[in-house]
Amino acid sequence: MSAVNLSHSGADAHAHDEHDHHDLPWIRKYVFSEDHKYIAKQYLVSGIIWAIIGGLLSVLFRIQLGFPDADLSWLKPLLGEWIQNGKLDPEFYLALVTMHGTIMVFFVLTAGLSGTFSNFLIPLQIGARDMASGFLNMISYWLFFLSSVIMMFSLFIKTGPASGGWVVYPPLSALPQAVNGSGFGMSLWLGAMVLFIASTLLGGLNYVTTIINLRTKGMTFTRLPLTIWAFFITAILGILSFPVLVSAVLLLIFDRAFDTSFFLSEIYIGGEALHHEGGSPVLFQHLFWFLGHPEVYIVILPALGITSEIVSTNSRKPIFGYKAMIFSLIAIAFLSFLVWAHHMFVSGMNPFLGSIFMFLTLIIAIPSSVKAFNYIATLWRGNIIFTPAMLFSIGLVSFFLSGGLTGIILGNSASDIQLHDTYFVVAHFHIVMGSASFFGMLAGVYHWFPKMFGRMMDERLGYIHFWLTFIGVYLIFFPMHYIGIAGFPRRYYSWTGFDAFSTFTDLNQFISIAAIITFVAQFIFIFNFFYSMYKGRVATANPWRSNALEWTTPINPGHGNWPGAIPTVYRWPYDYSKPGSKEDFIPQNVPFSETPESNFPNEVDEI
Amino acid sequence: MTSVIIIVAIALILSILYLIFRIGVLTNVMNGRYQKIVGIGNTINSFLFIVVFVVGVLAFYLSFMSASKYFLPEAASAHGVRTDLLFWVIMSVLTLAFLLTHAVLYFFPFMYRFKEDNKAYFYPENHNLERIWTIIPAIIMAGFVVYGYKEWTAITAPAPQDSEIIEVMGKQFAWQVRYPGADGKLGKHHYRKIDAVNEFGIDFNDSASYDDFVPMELHMPKGKNVSLQIRARDVIHSVFLPHFRVKMDAVPGMPTTFWFTPTITTAEMREKTGNPEFNYELACTEVCGRGHYAMRFLVVVDEPADYEKWKKSQKTWASLNAEYVANKVNAPKVLVDKYLKEFLPTTAQSVTDSTSIMTPSMDSTTVSMNVVKGM
Repeated sequence: MSAVNLSHSGADAHAHDEHDHHDLPWIRKYVFSEDHKYIAKQYLVSGIIWAIIGGLLSVLFRIQLGFPDADLSWLKPLLGEWIQNGKLDPEFYLALVTMHGTIMVFFVLTAGLSGTFSNFLIPLQIGARDMASGFLNMISYWLFFLSSVIMMFSLFIKTGPASGGWVVYPPLSALPQAVNGSGFGMSLWLGAMVLFIASTLLGGLNYVTTIINLRTKGMTFTRLPLTIWAFFITAILGILSFPVLVSAVLLLIFDRAFDTSFFLSEIYIGGEALHHEGGSPVLFQHLFWFLGHPEVYIVILPALGITSEIVSTNSRKPIFGYKAMIFSLIAIAFLSFLVWAHHMFVSGMNPFLGSIFMFLTLIIAIPSSVKAFNYIATLWRGNIIFTPAMLFSIGLVSFFLSGGLTGIILGNSASDIQLHDTYFVVAHFHIVMGSASFFGMLAGVYHWFPKMFGRMMDERLGYIHFWLTFIGVYLIFFPMHYIGIAGFPRRYYSWTGFDAFSTFTDLNQFISIAAIITFVAQFIFIFNFFYSMYKGRVATANPWRSNALEWTTPINPGHGNWPGAIPTVYRWPYDYSKPGSKEDFIPQNVPFSETPESNFPNEVDEI
Repeated sequence: MTSVIIIVAIALILSILYLIFRIGVLTNVMNGRYQKIVGIGNTINSFLFIVVFVVGVLAFYLSFMSASKYFLPEAASAHGVRTDLLFWVIMSVLTLAFLLTHAVLYFFPFMYRFKEDNKAYFYPENHNLERIWTIIPAIIMAGFVVYGYKEWTAITAPAPQDSEIIEVMGKQFAWQVRYPGADGKLGKHHYRKIDAVNEFGIDFNDSASYDDFVPMELHMPKGKNVSLQIRARDVIHSVFLPHFRVKMDAVPGMPTTFWFTPTITTAEMREKTGNPEFNYELACTEVCGRGHYAMRFLVVVDEPADYEKWKKSQKTWASLNAEYVANKVNAPKVLVDKYLKEFLPTTAQSVTDSTSIMTPSMDSTTVSMNVVKGM
């Protein structure tokens, strides 16, 4: 972690006594730091480590699915007793699937994405010296860290980690008799999630407070970059929905530990009838998805914000329909609270609810398509520079479109009957939520790396990384739709037991190989990331010639971000290629009085 | 030894790659690449979008054609034909939207790649355009909602009165089915009555229980409505009949139901598919533990006459377990005498007397011992 030294090497020249923490002990600077930039880096590195672990787990079960007859004894040094007679243990297979989902959704795409970029960009882009509460921000990271340690620990216990799927539906997750992973592993899962949610809430409250209160002079809400709008709405979503997951988790803990019957009823298992009566497993599903669906948007919205900024910057054009982008963000966020039961069309809930939720779900397609079209309109007649960040942003738009479209089929309760819990669903959400958010995150890293570490990442490695990953993702998930349409159910250790699912062995092999190659390709990024941190080309102050405020800080911003006064903001962040202007960008802190040649009539009054 | 060689080889390859990378960086610095806004990479990347699009669409077409023979296996239920149509109607609209948007999305980067003397077109908004692409998706979505709603309400409407009632119960890790027998009524059940023998927890205080039968296959009549009464006894399972487009969770403590009309018999399907081994299957689609992937149950669709014949040939569960019913579950003597007398050995009467005074605690011990043996 000493790499992060770099960010402090050019620290400001003691201009701000109240922000000058150079006399802080080592541990407060590099471990329990309250500097938002440092906390962002902590989140980023934790996220990357989790992503490698989560990806590795998926490679393990893809090996099982692609090569069901292979002898896996060579994995014994890694997996120990989970390999029996050269075969993966079926329960461990479920554990792999469960942990892959949990890690990717929560630890990588929530903490790794929001945690990194909300922390890093909010103060820098709104013109604040730091978060509203640096202390809570620090606590937020360390709660996440503690949660990570517990979750990580659960991978190594004898009975294995939680294995009832990342949705942890009871009774399976409530009864250790049902599956080994529902023993101690599940307790650790629940404990880790409670800490995780506490961390997310502290972070979210901080983001919202900071955005509302600490904007610099002139930074009105209509001059906020779309990144900040996205982080703002994401934080509100998290604050409103994560507590509901806590309630579900708490009730589940009660059912497990104190013999209550919130989710359990009329169960006979392991040779005995349990005393639980009157509970409802479907209640848990409602509570879970009341978070679970907004969670999808908690994951994707920051990615959309990040890429809006990047697409506009590198097209050298204002984002098309800035206000429409904001309204669709708000509409998506609002609707995301009203669609949760589309995950439950065949759960046995009242079919009338199914119709309502189908209707509400399909409405979400409208703001989503507005966003996609606006991206495309931004590219139109641009002057496009393909930085790696730009490539990943275009990749995100592609995934957002192709994955979003299949959602329309799944949101239709009648066509969902056949496709529910098949690989069609797996393909759908891995493209639209998994890969799209991942691409948003990678785009963000490539774009803001110079600001984070004062150095540039190697762009050719970035190109190779992009094309391998982009094509790889489609090679993995496009054929997965086919498998889903053929009816293959999810979370199957092996399909050969069924006549109906015994086809497509070659296609599954193909997907597994594509997955392994794509996974390995990510090490190009890892190398680029850590190499550039130390040895990358030294960045210029504004390498992408961007308008946003973060590029007005020194190359290595110190505590307090700006050595002198915080710049005042005079305009929106998307004045790219403005007619009449000499340069093709006018940063936000340039007053209209300095740009008489490019001002529009309505802007003349603002001088 | 081999692993050492492999490690050394990988290390060598990685260091060669690193050297190539390093030389590349230095050459770029020499060439002054970083003085310019874009390098040759910009053109290559923009061109690659076109290549990926053309190759991608071609690959999409070819892979679709080769994979489509396995798509949505022939629907063997009345509503299945209709939801398949719904699926393909939506899918074709979506495919069109997919191709159109992607054509533009991949073409624009190529078309508008950076050129030194170009300036991008300052075009922050156009309300008419935005209105158009809000309204068009809205209209299409409204169409899908109406279409889907129509099918959904038809499928989930209450089962017709004349439906064949069949109970499907999920447990770790098998399906079991129960038919109501001659009286057309399933006997009551209670989860506390479940033990290693009475897997359904059938309540033998209910006279309707005595003619229920529990076959090893799920038989259904062609052309008649079948109403599945679905439940689970331990964790959530999900009934999935892929050929019938039927899916419904089996939830402990909350009975669910799904009705449909099989339209193709197993024999007909064997002819259609040209596969004499063809069988309909019942699978589980809600993760339920270790054996989730192995909850296969055989499904047979018969001509109605054959179905009736098959039903007649089935022995009732009570008769097959007459001694258990008479001795273990405190079944009312009148009912035992009425339905099971012929199946009990004559000495059984005395056994009934001796076991009926068995204490509950002893009863439960025998049950759990049975279970241990059973496992």
